[in-house]
Amino acid sequence: MKYRSAFDIIGPVMIGPSSSHTAGAARIGRVARTLFNRLPKKAVISLYGSFAKTYKGHGTDVAIVGGILDFDTFDERIPKSLELAEEAGMEVVFSVEEMVPDHPNTVRINLYDDKGDLEVVGISIGGGTIEITELNSFKLKLSGEHPAILVVHNDQFGVISAVTHILAQHQINIGHMEVSRKEKGKMALMVIEVDQKIHQDVIREIEKVPNVTQIIRMVE
Amino acid sequence: MFRNVAELVELAESKQVKIAEIMIQQEIEVSGLTREEIIAKMDRNLTVMEQAVERGLNGVTSVSGLTGGDAVLLQKYIKSGKALSGNILLDAVSKAVATNEVNAAMGTICATPTAGSAGVVPGTLFAVKDVLNPTRMEMIEFLFTSAAFGFVVANNASISGAAGGCQAEVGSASGMAAASIVELAGGTPRQAAEAMAITLKNMLGLVCDPVAGLVEVPCVKRNAMGASNAMTAADMALAGITSRIPCDEVIHAMFLIGQSMPSALRETAEGGLAATPTGRRLEAEIFGEKK
Repeated sequence: MKYRSAFDIIGPVMIGPSSSHTAGAARIGRVARTLFNRLPKKAVISLYGSFAKTYKGHGTDVAIVGGILDFDTFDERIPKSLELAEEAGMEVVFSVEEMVPDHPNTVRINLYDDKGDLEVVGISIGGGTIEITELNSFKLKLSGEHPAILVVHNDQFGVISAVTHILAQHQINIGHMEVSRKEKGKMALMVIEVDQKIHQDVIREIEKVPNVTQIIRMVE
Repeated sequence: MFRNVAELVELAESKQVKIAEIMIQQEIEVSGLTREEIIAKMDRNLTVMEQAVERGLNGVTSVSGLTGGDAVLLQKYIKSGKALSGNILLDAVSKAVATNEVNAAMGTICATPTAGSAGVVPGTLFAVKDVLNPTRMEMIEFLFTSAAFGFVVANNASISGAAGGCQAEVGSASGMAAASIVELAGGTPRQAAEAMAITLKNMLGLVCDPVAGLVEVPCVKRNAMGASNAMTAADMALAGITSRIPCDEVIHAMFLIGQSMPSALRETAEGGLAATPTGRRLEAEIFGEKK
């Protein structure tokens, strides 16, 4: 079940005109921003499929940039986000891609600054619901059917077992888990799909695990 | 958790509650929020819908200038007393148009299930409100009933124009609205499902062909037709008419039709009305050489 909540259907509250091309796009941009954890100096936004064909009319461009500026789907600043990005000192480059993607509404976002870079691929599946399919060239095989979190951490002994131990203590069952890293000892990722909803107090507990740098809810 | 309309109706019948209640109970289970929090969240969505309709009925114009002002024209026409279709039906149509005109103008709306189809559910709700005099809670329940039917379509077919054509957007919205009207008017869960099936059957195959890629032409007027379709199907179901094809089979047919639809007719602005000479001229006027 890709859609889990009544509010996936009645909602989101958003700035028009398109839930998949505007609200969904803003949400993908905001996930990228959350993962990057700061305002980037430069954002390269590559659009595929229907996003590539119709992005101007749908405001997909301003929505993604709005998301990168950390705006929610209903933020009335979205239509002006290109000017606001310029004011904030963020360079924005759009690239319209010819490649036919697996999903018609696909965007690849690359964020850069002096401290680092990040690459996120997201798809907007309709009604404002999104999936993140790729992070730093690591394919995320999320079914979208179960609640999932992404744990960004330093590749060190014991981090994975500490995180899974906390989930076990709260009687949360892991259905699927993937672990990957760029290089030994550097940034690593855990994608964990679970059977039950993960409450905020559990997230806070995981955040306190040494070497865990960030936790993102991928699917509520 | 219900996976299809048959299970949804079965649950409501066995528990002897409204469809809305099944959706609320499922939401409590899935979200971990309390009943009060969930009701309050939907109440806020309802408020956004009310504000959007009000704004649209005062007249808006989109950035492109392609749409806006039609809701105002319809309200004037209703007041002239010359309307042939009936005032409640036209009121639903004008309020659906009002919402979608606000959406096209990049105003604040609540997606139901999508932004392009955001007019149908609130449009019909606010029109039948004048006849049925629902409480605030009943109006909130209307939205949960819509959510329940939309949930089935979203998980078994699609609510994305890019994936399934406009049948997935205005089609889904109209089916959702029809089922909710039936429930608000005192119909049974089974009658609500019949209304959903009757509506969707008449929306199958609807292509998504936005002129210049904008959610304006034909989207705004399709919300009008979706609203009237929903009202008619709701009345048919309340009269005791049933769909010969069960609702879940209609939804599956919609999924298969969406899959076999060429991409030119799925929100790419490459075919249909977008590809007409006038569609192309408007596109050039709006975007010039840039697009």
